[in-house]
Amino acid sequence: MTLHTINKTPTESSALNNCLASLSDGDALLLIENGVYAAMPGYAELFTRLPASIQCYLLGEDSSARGLNDLNPDFRSIDYDGFVELSCRYNKVVSWF
Amino acid sequence: MIFSIVVTGAPYSSQAADSALRYCKSLLKLEHQIHRIFFYADGVHNASELAVPPQDETNIPSEWAQLAEQHKLDIVVCIAAAVRRGVLDENEAGRYEKSSHNLTLPFVLSGLGQLVEAGIVSDRVVTFGA
Repeated sequence: MTLHTINKTPTESSALNNCLASLSDGDALLLIENGVYAAMPGYAELFTRLPASIQCYLLGEDSSARGLNDLNPDFRSIDYDGFVELSCRYNKVVSWF
Repeated sequence: MIFSIVVTGAPYSSQAADSALRYCKSLLKLEHQIHRIFFYADGVHNASELAVPPQDETNIPSEWAQLAEQHKLDIVVCIAAAVRRGVLDENEAGRYEKSSHNLTLPFVLSGLGQLVEAGIVSDRVVTFGA
């Protein structure tokens, strides 16, 4: 079980698409930095086919720094302590950038 | 748990260094152990003594140095990535006959073997990419 972090918007690089293509059951997604833009409602389509076992998170500091509200409710907002806790809960952390 | 961190972004060019710094502070607060922080590619600019950001902005190079001194952290800069980008310690400045050096203490220049070793020793390696 792997925690995947993504730090780019869906359009500025292929990081998110590559990550989505490589997810396994039980993995988790964490949007950080510009990656949080993927949680805007307009991108919700990207995540509709994810298996139910994939948990989705975003770093709240990065979404509020960008003034983003009313984000995709499938993404749970966490802080850096939460990021550290997820890093421990999953076997490894893979960073897509 | 034992963590190692890899930073490949230069300060002020991407958010990588800032994110890594915040993550490391959280690790220490939650009483995890940081085995090593490895600065690679453009991340070597985090170790420049000569960076002068505006006073109302975070001085990322000095934040790393303070954090490392306070918690006795091993902060290692890839030597090959550093010298080609003009980040030199006194020894390398001498070797290449340069008139000055700019590596902030307690950063040290070393090889990729330090990254490999960090991967072996640590429970988790977390990369902050540019």
